Amino acid sequence: MSAIAFPQPDPGILARRAAILSGLAELVPPECLVTSEDERRAFETDGLTAYRRLPMAVVLPRSTAEVSAVLRFCHDVGVKVVPRGAGTSLCGGAIPQEDAVVLGVAKLNKILEVDYGNRVARVEAGVTNLSITAAVCGDDFFYAPDPSSQLACTIAGNIAMNSGGAHCLKYGVTTNNVLGVRMVLVDGTVVDIGGPHLDAGGLDLLGLVVGSEGQLGVVTEATVRILRLAEGARPVLFGFPSVDQAGATVAAIIGAGIIPVAIEYMDRLAIEICENFAQAGYPLDVEAMLIIEVEGSEAEIEAQLARIVAIARQHGVATVKESRSAMETAAIWKGRKSAFGATGRIADYICMDGTIPTGRLPEVLQRIDALCAEHGLRAANVFHAGDGNLHPLVLYNINDPVEQEKAEHVGNEILKLCVAVGGCLTGEHGVGIEKRDLMVFQFGPQDLAQQMRVRAAFDPHWLLNPAKVFPLEGRAAA
Amino acid sequence: MTLLEPTSEPEVVAHVAAARQDRRTLSLRGGGTQVGLGRPVAADVILSCRALTGITLHEPAELVIAAWAGTPVAEVEAALASTGQILPFEPVDLRPLYGTAGAPTLGGVVAGNWSGPRRIQAGAARDHLIGVRFVNGRGEAIKSGGRVMKNVTGLDLVKLQCGAQGTLGVLTEVTFKVLPRPESTLTLAFAGLDDRRAVALLTAALGSPYEVSGAAHLPPGVEGAGARTLLRLEGFAASIAYRADQLATLLHRYGGPAMIEGDAAAALWAAVRDGRLLAEPRDRAVWRISVPPTQGPTLVDALRGRLAFAHLYDWGGGLIWLATAVERDAGATAIRDALALIGGHATLLRAPDAVRTRVPVFQPLAAPLAAVVARVKASLDPDLILNRGFMVAEG
Repeated sequence: MSAIAFPQPDPGILARRAAILSGLAELVPPECLVTSEDERRAFETDGLTAYRRLPMAVVLPRSTAEVSAVLRFCHDVGVKVVPRGAGTSLCGGAIPQEDAVVLGVAKLNKILEVDYGNRVARVEAGVTNLSITAAVCGDDFFYAPDPSSQLACTIAGNIAMNSGGAHCLKYGVTTNNVLGVRMVLVDGTVVDIGGPHLDAGGLDLLGLVVGSEGQLGVVTEATVRILRLAEGARPVLFGFPSVDQAGATVAAIIGAGIIPVAIEYMDRLAIEICENFAQAGYPLDVEAMLIIEVEGSEAEIEAQLARIVAIARQHGVATVKESRSAMETAAIWKGRKSAFGATGRIADYICMDGTIPTGRLPEVLQRIDALCAEHGLRAANVFHAGDGNLHPLVLYNINDPVEQEKAEHVGNEILKLCVAVGGCLTGEHGVGIEKRDLMVFQFGPQDLAQQMRVRAAFDPHWLLNPAKVFPLEGRAAA
Repeated sequence: MTLLEPTSEPEVVAHVAAARQDRRTLSLRGGGTQVGLGRPVAADVILSCRALTGITLHEPAELVIAAWAGTPVAEVEAALASTGQILPFEPVDLRPLYGTAGAPTLGGVVAGNWSGPRRIQAGAARDHLIGVRFVNGRGEAIKSGGRVMKNVTGLDLVKLQCGAQGTLGVLTEVTFKVLPRPESTLTLAFAGLDDRRAVALLTAALGSPYEVSGAAHLPPGVEGAGARTLLRLEGFAASIAYRADQLATLLHRYGGPAMIEGDAAAALWAAVRDGRLLAEPRDRAVWRISVPPTQGPTLVDALRGRLAFAHLYDWGGGLIWLATAVERDAGATAIRDALALIGGHATLLRAPDAVRTRVPVFQPLAAPLAAVVARVKASLDPDLILNRGFMVAEG
C-alpha cells in the first residue's frame, strides 16, 4: 500500500540490538531510555501518520553532554540516529527506521536566559514554540514564528524545518529569527554557531543548519530573537464571491505599499470546516475569505484598515467583519490555526505545502480543483496568501488503500504543478520522506549532488536522519 | 594577470572548468569596489562578473526581483524605484572606504552579505536573498532556492553563499524579495550623550513598539564636534508623526531630539551605512565588529588605554565601526581579547596587504568549526581554486 519506500534495515545492526541497548544504558539513566515495544510505539510516527516504523530504541537525553555521548556512541558503532522534537512534522521528518535510534530532545525543555536589552532568549531546543512567547509576553515581548502547531512543536523541530506561520509576511520565518545554536555533530563534537549578535563572522553555517531537517547535527540550544509586541493588532475578515477577487485584492494591497502582518486565505470548504469547529463568525456564503491582520496604535490600525477596506471594496468584497474584542480576535485565529485539526475531525487528509508566485494563484486553485475532481476527491484550501504558500488539504479515507493512493497521487501532482509555475515543493513543512522522491522535479542531478556533498561534509557516513530529503537512489553519485 | 569577463553563465562554467583542469586559481570580482578586502590572494586569473548583467525578473506585485550577478546595484535600485520599492537591507557601498571607483554589483553585495542600518528591523541581505545560481569549483552550474519567499525545499545553499566572499562558488544570478519604499521617513537626533547613555537610549527605543529602522550613535569628532545619537522612523506619514512623539516622550530624560528629514537625513544614514565617517584619514585600518548590542560600549571601554582609535555604533550598539593605526597588528590582539570575554566577532575591513597577511582578517573559529568550514569548502570547491586563501589560509 505504502507509496513511499523505506530503506531495508541493516540486519547486522538489528542483530546487535542488545549490545547497542546496553551501550546506551551506560550513557543515560533508565528513565531516559525507551526500549519496550509498547513504549517505542509512541515514537513510531509523527504528523504523517500514514507511515510508521518502530525504532530500535528511543533516547531522551537531559543535557548537551548526554546528547554528545549518545551521538558519539552511535557514531562509533555505526548506528543511524533520527532526531525528534515533538513529533508534529507533517512530512514525516521524524519518522524512525527499524535500525535507528530515535534521539528526542523533549527533556531539554528549559528557558535558560531572557535578555530584553539585547532582545534575545537562550533556550534549550526541546522547549515548545509557544512557551517562549509565554515566558516573555508578560513584558510585552514575543517570539515571532507561529506555526499552527505552536502549542506542541519544539524549537528544535522549528529549526530543523525552518518553520513559518501566519505572521511571517512581516516577521519572517525561523531562519530570520534564530541568531545562534549549540549543536552536536554526528561524532559527538559540540559546536557553537552564532550567538546574541546579529550576523555571522565567517560562513553563514547557521543559515545552512536551519532547515537542514536533522541531517547536519542535533541542536540542543538556540538563541532566538524576541520582539516587542505592537501596541495593538486587529484581524479583519473579508468574504469574496470569487477566488479571483480575493487574489486580486491581495495583489492590490501589496501593490499599494501595505504589508499587513498576515494575509490568510480560506476557500468555501475550509471556511465551513473551521467555522463548525471554532464558531469564529466566518462568513459561510462566500467562495473565498481573507483574514488580514494589521498592527499598531489604535489610530494606525484604523488608518491602515481604511486603506485595505477601500481596496477590497474596489475588488467586490461581499462581507467585511472587523474583530471588536480580544475574544473575537482569539476566535478568528483559533479557527485558522485549527484548520488542520478541524479537517481531521471530518476526514483523513494529506496536507500539501507548496509555494507559488502569488500572481498564479487563481489559475493554480482552478487546477487543484480539477485534479481533485478527476480523481473523485475534495480539497479544502487554506494558505498564506501574502507569500504564496499553499496548504491544500486533500481529503480521503485512510482505510481505503485505493483512495489513499489516489490522494497521494493528487498531492504529488499538486506539488509538481507548484514547481511548474515557478514555485517550490515545500514552503514551511519540510521535505521529510513525503516529498523526498519529488525533489527531482525541482532540482537537477547536479543541484542535488551538490546538496548531498554539503550534507556529507557534516555527516560523511549518512547516519543522521538518513532516509529523508534526498531520493534513496542516486546518493552514491554524490 | 589574466582577466576573464564572461557574459553568460555557460561562459562562467567553461572558465571554471578550464581553470580546474589547468589547476589555476581564480580571484573573483564584481565591480572591483571591494578590492582591498580579505586576505591578499595571489591568484592566477581574475574572473570578473561585471559583464554578466541584466535584470531577469521583476514582479512588483510579488515583491521579487532577480538579476545576473554583475548587475550594478544602482540599476536594480532604479528599477525598484520605478515601482516604489527598495532592497530593504540597505546594501553597503564600500567605495568610500577603499577609495575605489566602479559600480558595486548585486553579486558583490551577496558575497559579503553587506547590510546597512535597517538590518535591525528588516533583516540582512541574507534574510532577503531567496534564490541563487552559482558555478561551483567543479565547473557545474547549481541552483538553490528560487523566486518565492517561502521555500524550505532542500539544504539552504542560498544563505551559505551569502557572505561566503566567493569562496564557495561564482555567483551568476541572485533573487531578492523586496519591500515597498516607506512613504515617509524621519530621524530623531539626540545630542551630547556618552557611549553608555547613547546605547541605553538606543536599547530603550528598540525595545519599544515604535519600529525603529535605524539606531546609531556618533561619538564626538566623528561627524561634527558633538556626539549625536540617531533614531530613524519609516512608514506612513501619520504613523511617523505619532511614533516620533511617543519616542520623544519615552526618551525625555535624554533631552529633546532635533528632527532631521529629507536629503540631509538620507546622506547621514548613507554615511553611517558605508563607514564613510571613518574612511579618512586613509592611512588608518578599519574594523567592523559585531557584538551583542548592549555590549558595544563595554568592548570600546576595553580598548581604551590599549589603542588609539575612532569609532561609531550602528545596529543599536551591535555593530561597531572602528578605525585604528595600522602599526603592528592594527589592534587585532586587543580587539579579539575583548571579544573573547563578551562574544561576537571582528573583521579587519581595511589595512595594508602586509597587515592582512599577518593578522586574521575574519574572526578565527574554534577548531571543530574551522574543520567543518574546511569540509564545506571542499564539498563545493574540491581543488580550492575559488578565492583560495581569501577568508583563511588554505593549501
